[in-house]
Amino acid sequence: MEADVTLTVDGERRTLRTDTRTTLLDALREHLGVIAPKKGCDHGQCGSCTVLLDGRRATSCLTFAVANDGADVRTADGLADDGELHPVQQAFIDNDAFQCGYCTPGQVCSAVGVLEEAEAGWPSAVTADPADTPRLDEAEIRERMSGNLCRCGAYAGIVAAVRGAAEGDAR
Amino acid sequence: MIPFEYVRARDAAGAVAAVAEHPRAAFLAGGTNLVDNMKLGIEAPERIVDVTGLSLDTVDVLPGGGLRIGAGVRNADLAAHPEVRRTYPLLSKALLSGASGQLRNLATTGGNLLQRTRCPYYRHAEMPCNKREPGTGCSALGGVSRDRAVLGASENCVATHPSDMATAMCALDAEAVVQGTDGERRVPVEGLHRLPGDEPHRDTVLEPADLITAVELPPAPEGALSDYYKARERASFAFALASVAVEAVFDGGTVASTRIAFGGVAHKPWRARRAEEALIGHAPTEEAVRAAAAAELAEARPLEGDEFKTRIAAGALTTVFGRLAGRAGEGREDR
Repeated sequence: MEADVTLTVDGERRTLRTDTRTTLLDALREHLGVIAPKKGCDHGQCGSCTVLLDGRRATSCLTFAVANDGADVRTADGLADDGELHPVQQAFIDNDAFQCGYCTPGQVCSAVGVLEEAEAGWPSAVTADPADTPRLDEAEIRERMSGNLCRCGAYAGIVAAVRGAAEGDAR
Repeated sequence: MIPFEYVRARDAAGAVAAVAEHPRAAFLAGGTNLVDNMKLGIEAPERIVDVTGLSLDTVDVLPGGGLRIGAGVRNADLAAHPEVRRTYPLLSKALLSGASGQLRNLATTGGNLLQRTRCPYYRHAEMPCNKREPGTGCSALGGVSRDRAVLGASENCVATHPSDMATAMCALDAEAVVQGTDGERRVPVEGLHRLPGDEPHRDTVLEPADLITAVELPPAPEGALSDYYKARERASFAFALASVAVEAVFDGGTVASTRIAFGGVAHKPWRARRAEEALIGHAPTEEAVRAAAAAELAEARPLEGDEFKTRIAAGALTTVFGRLAGRAGEGREDR
C-alpha cells in the first residue's frame, strides 16, 4: 500500500510516493538520495541513522516515513551554515573524533541533540539528582551519547569533540 | 514485513474503532518497539492506527495533587518534566535509565507500558515461543539468556517485562486510563501486566482495541524520598538484569511508609508488598532490608544459572534503602 509523504529535508521541501512500510531512513537514502544518515543495525541499537526530527535527535530506522508526513528532517548534511561547518562538525574534525566515518553523521546529529538537551537542563541517568541542572562533563557525555556506537572505537575523540563543542557554546 | 494499511486517527474513539473493526490491527505511537518487531517478523499487523495525533502529549498537575501524564508524552519529555524531577524523581531516573536519548525522544508513555519482552527467543522468529506462537513451547527454558524471570514464571514462559518506567509507576500506585469499545475505565499499573500462566501470549489485561490515553500518579506522600536502581551488564543502554523502584517516608529512624517494585525479574513489574510490610515501622538497617528482600524473594524460582538475579534484586533494595536512609539522616541533621 502506498502513501504520499512530504518532508522538509535539510531545508528543502521534498515529496515522495512510497510503500507504507518504508522507514524514514530508507525514504531518505533510497528515495530522496540523502545518504548522510547511515544504515547500521536497522534496529535502533547503533545510532548511525540518527537525524534531527522536528529538531530532536531520533533513530530514523524505527519510524515509518508515512508517520512523519509534514516533518522537518535535518541530517548531518544539512547542519553546515552557508558552507561553514556546524561547531559540532568542526569539533569532530579538531578532535579526531572518527576513523572510518560511517557512524559519524549519526554521532554528529546526536551530539547536536545532546547539546540542546543539556541547554534545556535535561538530566541524564548519571545526573546525581534528577532535579539538578547538569554540566556536560565526561560522564554525562558518555551516558548521553550511549545510543551511538563506533566500531572503530573513536570514543575518546568523540567525547572530547562533544565537550569542545559544549564549551564553545558556553563561551 | 507484510504490507499494511496506515490510518491516522483523529480522536481516541476513532482510534479504538479503527482497531476494533480489524482482526489484525495495531496502534502505533513512537514505533521504537513495534517497528523493530515488524522488521524481525514477529509482529505483523495489517492495519496500523497511528495515535500520535491525538493530542495526548501533555503532563498536567491534578487539582488535588498528583499528575496526569498523556499517553503520547515522549519518554524524554516525561523524564525532564520539572514536576516529575521534583516530586517523583524515581520515575525520572527510571526513564533515563532506559534505552538511549534518540529512542526516548520517540518512545511514548503508553507505548513504553505496552512494549513487548526482549526475551531473545521471542525476538527470534525461527525459535519456538509460546508468547509469539502459542503451543510451540518455550525455548528460553532450556536456552541461554540473561533476562529470564525468577518470580511468577510458568512452565510455558519465563519472559520478563523490560520496562523501567512501568516498574517506577507500579511502585507509585499509578493508574492507566484506558479507552475501550465500551468507554473509559481505569486500570492500576500494578494490575495491568499479567503473569504468563498458560496464556503467555497475553502481556496485559487489555483487549486489542483498548487504548491507554493517560497515566495518573497519586500525590506523593509528604516528605517522601525515592530512588531507582538498575543493575545491567553495561553502564548504559541495556535492559535490567534486575532493578528496584523505591519510595519511602522516614520518621525518626524508622520507615513510616514505603512502596517497592522490582523490575526485570518477572513477566510484570513486581510490586514487593511483603518487603514493604517487613520494613514499615522498622529501622532500615542493612540487616532489616536484607530480611525484607528475603521475605519477598522467598518465592523466587530461578532457573539454573539465573540465581544471580535474585541476589542482585536483594542487593539493589539494600543499596537503595542505604541511600534513602542516608538522605533522610542528612535531612534530620539539617533541622
